Amino acid sequence: METRELIRLDNVSVRDGTRVRVEGISLSITRGQIVTLIGPNGSGKSTTAKVVTGVLQPTSGSVLRRPGLVIGYVPQKLAVDHTLPMSVLRLMQLTGRYPLPEVMAVLEAVGIADLARRDVQSLSGGQFQRALLARALVRNPDLLVLDEPVQGVDFSGETQIYELIGRIKHERDCGILLISHDLHVVMAETDTVVCLNKHVCCTGAPEQVMQSTEYLSLFGPQHGHGLALYNHHHDHEHLPDGRVAPDGHTHDHHGHHHA
Amino acid sequence: MATLTIITDTTMLDDFFVRAVLAGSMLALVAGPLGCFVVWRRMAYFGDTIAHAALLGVALALLFNLNITAGVFAVAVLVSLLLIVVQRRAGLSSDALLGILSHSTLAVGLVIVSFLTWVRVDLVGFLFGDILAVSKPDLLVIGMGGAVILFVLGWFWRPLLASTLSVELAEAEGQRPEVMRVVLMVLLALVIAIAMKLVGILLITSLLVIPAASARRLSASPEQMVLIAALLGVLAVWGGMGLSLNFNTPSGPSIVVGALVLFLISLIVPARLFGRDATDGDLSHD
Repeated sequence: METRELIRLDNVSVRDGTRVRVEGISLSITRGQIVTLIGPNGSGKSTTAKVVTGVLQPTSGSVLRRPGLVIGYVPQKLAVDHTLPMSVLRLMQLTGRYPLPEVMAVLEAVGIADLARRDVQSLSGGQFQRALLARALVRNPDLLVLDEPVQGVDFSGETQIYELIGRIKHERDCGILLISHDLHVVMAETDTVVCLNKHVCCTGAPEQVMQSTEYLSLFGPQHGHGLALYNHHHDHEHLPDGRVAPDGHTHDHHGHHHA
Repeated sequence: MATLTIITDTTMLDDFFVRAVLAGSMLALVAGPLGCFVVWRRMAYFGDTIAHAALLGVALALLFNLNITAGVFAVAVLVSLLLIVVQRRAGLSSDALLGILSHSTLAVGLVIVSFLTWVRVDLVGFLFGDILAVSKPDLLVIGMGGAVILFVLGWFWRPLLASTLSVELAEAEGQRPEVMRVVLMVLLALVIAIAMKLVGILLITSLLVIPAASARRLSASPEQMVLIAALLGVLAVWGGMGLSLNFNTPSGPSIVVGALVLFLISLIVPARLFGRDATDGDLSHD
């Protein structure tokens, strides 16, 4: 493995009895890189993610992991039972013990420091997703695995969370595996798109995948358009509480467009 | 105040009563924390099923002349493991499965007991408990069993809580939620085995669920909830035993009534009293 490589799957297959869940998957994630998995339902995105996190062992093929690899995970759906009293602060300590200043710094970074003492059940979809992201980050992970991180988040929240993920990639220099529920839109920050349908249909930079015949034949024609990049350019920024942030809060693009 | 009578007027307490209160308190200290997991993981019906299966354990222990507590524990563990396995294989919903196991184990237990003509079986004692009959060896068993349960809960606290919140998350970050599930089931079987003599098969789940549910509104963290549930359980035991002593009511049911009263009180106590600020969105900035 090269030095910045975190994990490499080589020709991995997972079978459940006779049922094939994924076959011949090869992919690699390095530091400072976002790999986005796209594919229809049942195409093996979650199975692939589980092989990466080590929850599932491949039936054949090999997985090379950097020794001591720390993974931070943001699950797809998480409903915290109302009978469980759980503040944001307590959630941060779920799988490990971290000093308060570190916890607060991470909450500050994802923009929900003021919600630290709130019960997680009282948060909005976007706030909760940020809390989950913060929880994964406080582990100081080498690799972040995000399973559909914008599910249940409204449109403006979605933009902000994608932006946050892009920032995490640059600031923390960790690898990110992102599973996307949307076949047609991937983050502009994505370095590699892996298009799955039990096997790897096509893989490469988003621009390449967008034009590949495999992608178009799988998802293109019937949907009328191909893969789009999610560029988040807008003329103002909302803070998590809905207020409009002061000018130049995080960036200075103007106009809204999602090319 | 019934509880006050117990504490101040020690001369009127016979030895068996002291033992009963002590046994009940020890049980409550354990049942409260474990009950929180039962509530969080929505396992109340599961707990009920294991408790009903305990009667099968009693019947088998009598049949083969074994220690009853050990028999109950063994059958409770077997039934929980059976549930895990069957749940994965069969296409039945776990609700229906629990319904089948819960009542069939109880029924089979009752049928076997009816065949045991050579032993006098105090069925009512097994169903509703007989806390006043607690002996010194019983106290030792309850104390040791309780200590084991608390120790294991404390030892696995973080992974237990993480797997309660999200199996996928715990799994992905290297914990073992299936193992935690088995740990909880064994603890549940153990608490049922030691509680049967005190409150009986039919009332055990109430000691698990009611104090935990009462603690919910008064707690701001899982740790607080576990502590408060333990304390409320002890209060329920004292109140119930006081009721039983003063009005000659059956002890096991009286304890459950005590727990119910505390639950009803918890519903009207303003949550703010306990420093919770989450419900009204009021944020503290410290």
